[in-house]
Amino acid sequence: MPAYEPWDAARGAEIIAEHACLEGATLVMLHALQQTFGYVPEPAIPMIASALNLSRAEVHGVFTFYHDFRHEPAGRHVLKLCRAEACQAAGGDALAARAEARLGIALGNTTADERTTLEPIYCLGLCATAPSAMLDGRLVGRLDEARIDALLAEAQR
Amino acid sequence: MSLRIFVSRDAGAVAVGADEVALALQRAAGSRGADIEIVRTGSRGLYWQEPMIEVATPKGRVAFGPVMESDAVSVLDAMMSGGAHPLLLGIADEIPWLKRQTRLTFARCGVIDPRSVEDYRAHDGYKGLERALTLGPDAILADVTASGLRGRGGAGFPTGIKWKTVAQTSADRKYIVCNADEGDSGTFADRMIMEGDPFVVIEGMTIAGIAVGASKGYIYIRSEYPHAVAAMNAAIAAARRAGYLGARLGGSAHSFDLEVRVGAGAYVCGEETSLLESLEGRRGIVRAKPPLPAHKGLFGKPTVINNVLSFAAIPFILAGGAKAYADFGIGRSRGTMPIQLAGNIKRGGLFEVAFGITLGELVDDVGGGTFTGRPVRAVQVGGPLGAYFPRELFDTPFDYEAFAARDGLIGHGGIVVFDDSVDMSKQARFAMEFCAIESCGKCTPCRIGSTRGVETIDKIRAGERVAENIAVVEDLCNTMKFGSLCALGGFTPYPVMSALKHFREDFGPAPTRLQAAE
Repeated sequence: MPAYEPWDAARGAEIIAEHACLEGATLVMLHALQQTFGYVPEPAIPMIASALNLSRAEVHGVFTFYHDFRHEPAGRHVLKLCRAEACQAAGGDALAARAEARLGIALGNTTADERTTLEPIYCLGLCATAPSAMLDGRLVGRLDEARIDALLAEAQR
Repeated sequence: MSLRIFVSRDAGAVAVGADEVALALQRAAGSRGADIEIVRTGSRGLYWQEPMIEVATPKGRVAFGPVMESDAVSVLDAMMSGGAHPLLLGIADEIPWLKRQTRLTFARCGVIDPRSVEDYRAHDGYKGLERALTLGPDAILADVTASGLRGRGGAGFPTGIKWKTVAQTSADRKYIVCNADEGDSGTFADRMIMEGDPFVVIEGMTIAGIAVGASKGYIYIRSEYPHAVAAMNAAIAAARRAGYLGARLGGSAHSFDLEVRVGAGAYVCGEETSLLESLEGRRGIVRAKPPLPAHKGLFGKPTVINNVLSFAAIPFILAGGAKAYADFGIGRSRGTMPIQLAGNIKRGGLFEVAFGITLGELVDDVGGGTFTGRPVRAVQVGGPLGAYFPRELFDTPFDYEAFAARDGLIGHGGIVVFDDSVDMSKQARFAMEFCAIESCGKCTPCRIGSTRGVETIDKIRAGERVAENIAVVEDLCNTMKFGSLCALGGFTPYPVMSALKHFREDFGPAPTRLQAAE
């Protein structure tokens, strides 16, 4: 389980300044902020804009275009289930339904106790050991009912 | 004497327990007082045997697989005694599935330590660059053209022509961009080579830089591939330390350096102009062409943008292999293609072979049919934008033109196998749904058409005016195909139309029965 820092404007400014000299730095900054804080806090958007001489709207546009960036913290654990074709062919649909039923939430949501975020992901590149998932950055392949149940138990801790 | 044991660090092997096996081997060796050295390699690509581990012997490397954590003790004993074991696969290079392949691009993958420049050099690495430095740009371009290499990302554009265009365009700066946004389901060759032999990608990009006069390159890797990002970053640092990147590389007058950039979960960024936008720090909105990236690419400068596998094919070609490369293949598809067998398949993995092998040979013979043991009903070739092929088309040879002639595409070489439990109207719906989720929004037929497609297929699945709604879907596909700038909107019709054409019975009740119900 990753540990994140609480949002701090000075720390945010430091992270932004660290990458300001790169060509086309917007995504790099957004990634770095999310890695530190677990999401991209709203006050960081105008800070990136001013560091890169962009409009706030432009940075907001980039931030919202990409699936990866969060505008609020995720649950304590993030379980991503691959929902692409190779995993579908190997029984991924039933496992996704099982995960949704066990957690009582649909894919793309966080449980009320904020312990588990369940998300779809479109391909982890583990298509020959499908179905696959990623729990807090750890990859798991050849999922079956027993394995998904173990992952779910871990994700609810 | 120390026993050298090779355990894959490939994400696909790690996902099925390779790290745990490596630790268990270490523990088992400790308790026996055995002296072992564990080398973490890439994967050989026999994923049904992963975690596959190998031990160096005087006869060659001997493989075991699939080795679970609980097998570590007995496998170590068998390795030390040279005795029999139920998981013994024999000499790795002699495993028929591997021996049948023509591994030019993947020759070192699974063999070498991907973090070691020395190991790479000991296995013919950097020979292409060394020769390229003596040849100069014109002769490099001639070699790439002579090899017949076509872009391995899917479009199949001749690499030599692309590079020549950039070389002939004058500018104060030029860029080399590697497209490692391998988003197609069923494909993992880019990931494997980046994790298993990252230096071959670096070497290929460096040669491209010398050929066209570029000194900076970017590798854009999708965020879903953290292991590949780590492997590429480690390899770039190692190449720099060894003098193969940076100023006066390899003792020459050239300078070239690389940087890894990480995507953020947008499938459309695998499209080259969208990728360039993303690299520039913007929304991944597709650009209209012309201008071509070769003329105005990254930051408006002439840019070579190629897939990982295209760059990875270059070192072999430049090491004097242009003719040998071109001698493989059929028609206008020259060389080898790293084909990826995935989904519901018995023997899934990476199979590099000359163009021309048939789909049936790949699925039935090489892949061994389905993992579930049920009959193969459909295969999707070329990712989410590729057509679904029924068994009747299994005689199609793996070749860009042959697949196009049958309303399909080979794309990035991924084959996803489905058994007879598949509902093809559901797969067609998913193709539209995926397009709706991933559309960048620039072209109306893709942005809106995909959502209308989902709704219309839902109506068909509910048995609502099936014939009329199928006509609507066909019309929609036609509009998307011709009215979208890039392959996302333009090719989503392939899976939809092929499902309709070859698996019509899955789309709602037959029209006559429906009329009776009304």
